[in-house]
Amino acid sequence: MTRYSNKGGHCGACETCGKCDARDISKCPESIIPYTIITYSENFAGILNQITAVFTRRQVNIESLNVCSSSTPGVHKYTITCFCTEETVQLITKQIEKKIDVLQARYYVSDQIYIQEVALFKLSTPRLLEQSDISLTIRQHSAKIVEVNETYSIVTLTGLPGDIDSLFASLESFDCVLQFVRSGAIAVTKNRRELLDEYLENLGIDH
Amino acid sequence: MPNNKITGAEALMRSLENEGVTTLFGYPGGAIMPSYDALYDHRSTLNHILVRHEQGAVHAAQGYARVSGKVGCAIVTSGPGAMNTVTGVADAMIDSTPLVVICGQVGAAFLGTDAFQEVDVIGVTQPITKWNFQIRRAEDVAWAVSRAFYIAKSGRPGPVVLDFTKNAQTSLVDYEPKRVDFIRSYLPVPQMDENAIKAAAKMINHSERPFMLVGQGVELGDARTELRELIEKANIPVGCTMLGLSALPSDHPLNKGMLGMHGNLGPNVLTNQCDLLIAVGMRFDDRVTGNINTYARQAKVIHFEIDPSEVNKNVHADLAVLGDCKQTLAAVTKHVQPADNSLWISRFTPYEQQEKEKVIEPAIHPKEGPLLMGEVVRRVSELTQNKAILVTDVGQNQLFGCRYFKFTEGRSVLTSGGCGTMGFGLPAAIGATFGAPERTVCLFVGDGGLQMTIQEFGTIMEQHTPVKIILLNNIYLGNVRQWQYLFFRKRYSFTPMLNPDYEKIAEGYGIPARTIVERAELDSAIDEMLHTDGPFLLQCAVMEEDNVLPMTPPGANVDEMMLEIN
Repeated sequence: MTRYSNKGGHCGACETCGKCDARDISKCPESIIPYTIITYSENFAGILNQITAVFTRRQVNIESLNVCSSSTPGVHKYTITCFCTEETVQLITKQIEKKIDVLQARYYVSDQIYIQEVALFKLSTPRLLEQSDISLTIRQHSAKIVEVNETYSIVTLTGLPGDIDSLFASLESFDCVLQFVRSGAIAVTKNRRELLDEYLENLGIDH
Repeated sequence: MPNNKITGAEALMRSLENEGVTTLFGYPGGAIMPSYDALYDHRSTLNHILVRHEQGAVHAAQGYARVSGKVGCAIVTSGPGAMNTVTGVADAMIDSTPLVVICGQVGAAFLGTDAFQEVDVIGVTQPITKWNFQIRRAEDVAWAVSRAFYIAKSGRPGPVVLDFTKNAQTSLVDYEPKRVDFIRSYLPVPQMDENAIKAAAKMINHSERPFMLVGQGVELGDARTELRELIEKANIPVGCTMLGLSALPSDHPLNKGMLGMHGNLGPNVLTNQCDLLIAVGMRFDDRVTGNINTYARQAKVIHFEIDPSEVNKNVHADLAVLGDCKQTLAAVTKHVQPADNSLWISRFTPYEQQEKEKVIEPAIHPKEGPLLMGEVVRRVSELTQNKAILVTDVGQNQLFGCRYFKFTEGRSVLTSGGCGTMGFGLPAAIGATFGAPERTVCLFVGDGGLQMTIQEFGTIMEQHTPVKIILLNNIYLGNVRQWQYLFFRKRYSFTPMLNPDYEKIAEGYGIPARTIVERAELDSAIDEMLHTDGPFLLQCAVMEEDNVLPMTPPGANVDEMMLEIN
């Protein structure tokens, strides 16, 4: 572990820089990798603002953000992905959890969670008909065509963020994309324990 | 009134009484008028102090809270009234001061329409409050007020802002008192972990050169006794942060002085020589650590903290002992062995002697030359038997004040630490006289900072507030001037002050005043000030270009203190 919050310089904590014995870039606390922060809060107005302000203060960009009601009534779930160091994600997570109406905040790396994302592509139907490779690409990505008319066609894909990146890059190369939108990652943890439920149960609250 | 219904404004007053509020600082205005109308009927129980500017209300509430341990309360109107409280709210946030600020707001129907004196107070104060809430219905008053006080005072204290819409103040409600003492998403005090306690005791028992950093958390946690028991049993020398200065009596043999940029030499130098650094209720501010990359790297670190987000924020802790330090310190004390660290403790002595000779003696016992801030501070401290409350503004007055004032009692330092708010001193001192009416309150303030909130002379006049104001006038913004001298090639860019006649201003407010220039007058003037009933302004014409020493230059290592300026 690096001992100090050392903004703007490499700490030398892994073998890639040869200065310490972490020996694995993914374990280097200074390496910048994707993290997913899963947060639960009470369903009160203004909490999203409080959460995003934590990122703003630390100058970390939010890559994607999804907010929805959770399986627990009255509790909202936030799935936030960002790229940063482990040290930074630890500080961000603790500062989010410190907010009065936040029930829990935890961070995960990609192999600790199951992630999916939905994307919608609006394509030009004339281009789709001209270029047979477009529909081939769609099928290769296991995407679905859900609407076709003479002007446009709509394609959906559910998958890992990387799958969506890949399909988008391919379709862009055919110059057929009229609109593109993605939902942001949503995730469930692979942990066998349900941490929020445990937290609420430990409070002795029947929820 | 029909059906025993009362207005939201009346519900606010009853809720405040229900929370044990006796004193509130405020300033009326349009959107808070219904509440002021209700307050008129509660004057016998709610002592409202009319300040002269809303910033003064919040700083006074901070002063009240910090010396009494109770929640400070301020009440102001919407828009500009609320905005004028922002500095004080931010100050209370960083210095963990329990505060409830009630702001008027336009009626709910006008929200978002850019109505007269409408400002998005919730949006503005969101990052600088522990919690904020807009009360839009009279039904929510009792709950919101109780929740506000619970959040403000529990765990790590902090400010709460309640934004009270006008319609909620005027509409009628069946009032029922509420008591919030549990919020499921908020754990004010982390559970004490017995393993961490034992591990901490083991680390202390194995340490040969332990050193403890004491912060305001010890005062906030009311753990002065528990602190003493631990350090006396294990013989641990202690350095105090600026806000933690009175957590341990100044003359305690294990109290080695103040940490930080202008702290004492021994505790700063030996931070980088100890083998175990024990931080209690402090947050490793950059003014304490200097260069973080060289800070105590040789030492193991134990961090006693109530706020988990402080752990590993600036300095990595080898062991975090979460919880209320009143409990955790006591628990650790049971497991520590008595130790004789006299050899280690004796290593402070040469630094103490060196600092005394080069810095302290010349500052507090000068033989000749103009009056110095240090000697004024020390004499006031001595002539109040080191029992007074020290209030400072920000700048050289603050640094000299904190260096040379001595303490025997807890909750005796009132200064703006994290925020460094000039103008804090005068209103905070007013608040302190209400929070601790039996104690002497001595304010040290510069000629710059005094003018930032000088309108509060009006509050002092009206309340006959017994604030002893010691104006250390060097006709400069002294601390900035010192930095310009040291780091900006002596280019005194807008730091010389053209000052008014402060004695005449005081006279205009009916505040007795005296100005001294000569050293020979110092004792008699302090004596006159202390023996004058009520407020007093003692203006000291001090050396113009004095510098606060020693000093760790910004970015330098904690053990690299300048004792003199070449």
